[in-house]
Amino acid sequence: MNHIETRGKVAIVGIGTAGCGEAPGMSELELLGLATKAALEDAGLEIKDIDGLCTANLNIAMWPLNVTEYLGIRPTFVEGTNIGGSSFIAHQKPAMLALLSGQCSAVLVCYGSNQRTSKFGRKERSLARNSLDPSIFEDPYRPFDPPSSYALIAARHMHEYGTTRKHLAEVALAARKWAQLNPEAFCREPLDLETILSARMISDPFTIYDCCQVTDGAGAYIMTLSEKAKDLKKKPIFILSNETAVWHRSVTNMKDLTVTPSKDSGQRAFRAAKINHKEIDVVQVYDAFTINTILALEDLGFCKKGEGGEFVDDGAIAPGGRLPVNTNGGGLSCVHPNMYGAFATIEAVRQLRGECSDRQIVNAKTALINGNGGTSASSQSTSILCTEEIL
Amino acid sequence: MIFKNVKFSILMNHQISTSIGPTEYHHQAIESGKFLIQKCNDCFTNQFFPRSFCITCTGTSLGWEEACGRGIVYSTTTVRRKIDAGGDYNVCLVDLEEGVRLMGNVIDIEPNDVYIGQIVHLKIETINGLKKVVFKSVPTK
Repeated sequence: MNHIETRGKVAIVGIGTAGCGEAPGMSELELLGLATKAALEDAGLEIKDIDGLCTANLNIAMWPLNVTEYLGIRPTFVEGTNIGGSSFIAHQKPAMLALLSGQCSAVLVCYGSNQRTSKFGRKERSLARNSLDPSIFEDPYRPFDPPSSYALIAARHMHEYGTTRKHLAEVALAARKWAQLNPEAFCREPLDLETILSARMISDPFTIYDCCQVTDGAGAYIMTLSEKAKDLKKKPIFILSNETAVWHRSVTNMKDLTVTPSKDSGQRAFRAAKINHKEIDVVQVYDAFTINTILALEDLGFCKKGEGGEFVDDGAIAPGGRLPVNTNGGGLSCVHPNMYGAFATIEAVRQLRGECSDRQIVNAKTALINGNGGTSASSQSTSILCTEEIL
Repeated sequence: MIFKNVKFSILMNHQISTSIGPTEYHHQAIESGKFLIQKCNDCFTNQFFPRSFCITCTGTSLGWEEACGRGIVYSTTTVRRKIDAGGDYNVCLVDLEEGVRLMGNVIDIEPNDVYIGQIVHLKIETINGLKKVVFKSVPTK
């Protein structure tokens, strides 16, 4: 139940990215700073206008302090919740409530990572994280995470519903086809089903193509009240709803491996947005692994449980298919700097503004974004965005 | 309430207020060759992993039940590793007969031969001088 009406009251007014793909020699904060600068310019705002901050970092506990200092701001609203890659979507509702209460007037949501090219590399960071935050009832059995946990989820889905490796491969192929239309995407070389299916296995049933990219990159976006948004530089994109669900941490404690928290967050998001599935023009879901897209489409209600494999078959979510999903190429082919939530949001805004040239969905007025967090679909956050005519 | 498969022992009345917490208690039991599952003395629900209270009824009177060892593979994957890095190995989730799920490795067959629905047996073995929880496809001693 919502005691405070938030539907359409807040808009995304500026977006920016920096260093997507490889940004050698750049620090996380430098990349985050450049994305922030791009979002400010896009909105026509100054850094002094930012009095709300939402941010998180995979490795650093008090990251909002690092960012506050780096950007030279003194926010009156800070949201540093870290529930994994979905955080940068889950930050929206707290930000909406803060804006509506008058606690702040312009919220910056921002993220940056140099995980691909950093000299203090992925392996060292991963070891450090495991040492600080062990999973004591899983670590002894050496799951290669996150791939192994999602592989266990995929294997169970295949067992229960007859989902096939070809279905998974269709997700990877669709992502690549969208990426080929996106100049910002990291992986744009041609790909086919045969190559995906015969590629090197990582953790069965996943090959390297079932797993998201490891890239650098930063993303930032700015939110204000809708009434203020109309005076700014770009066409505002309104947030109809944002709902979050958090269910567990480890795959061992995920009750049913085929049902994700999106089942709950999606249902609440649709109800609050007061629109139905047929009215959604474009979908951006966090595709950490190919199974994520299938699970999201099922749990969000675009198809029935167990029918996600068939739903994505034969290029159905690729360019020209029945439902455009992950039009930037997603985490699988566009960009995945550890945590992807901000990038799903940014692509949805670009589509609704009509800024996507070759990959533009004609006349897109509504978009659904769905974040995924943790090593086993632990947290998920769903938002529905729209243009002014839908309000 | 009938206690099926419960082996009451001195372990049964371990209370949270004692000098070590339930996580450490569970690990110490593995060292002595027992795999213990927490059982709530109030609502009789089993829970794994061990916690400082029962997540079903919030009771803090928690005892222990020794696992009988039989379980069914709920899901499975083969982690791929080069031969010189130790080769491929199995990682699976197993539903134990006591109604709890845990992660493990089936070690006595090829990793790809492990299948969902397979009956497996929990053992505590000494490997390289360390006590380790493993699963086997046949009930060896």
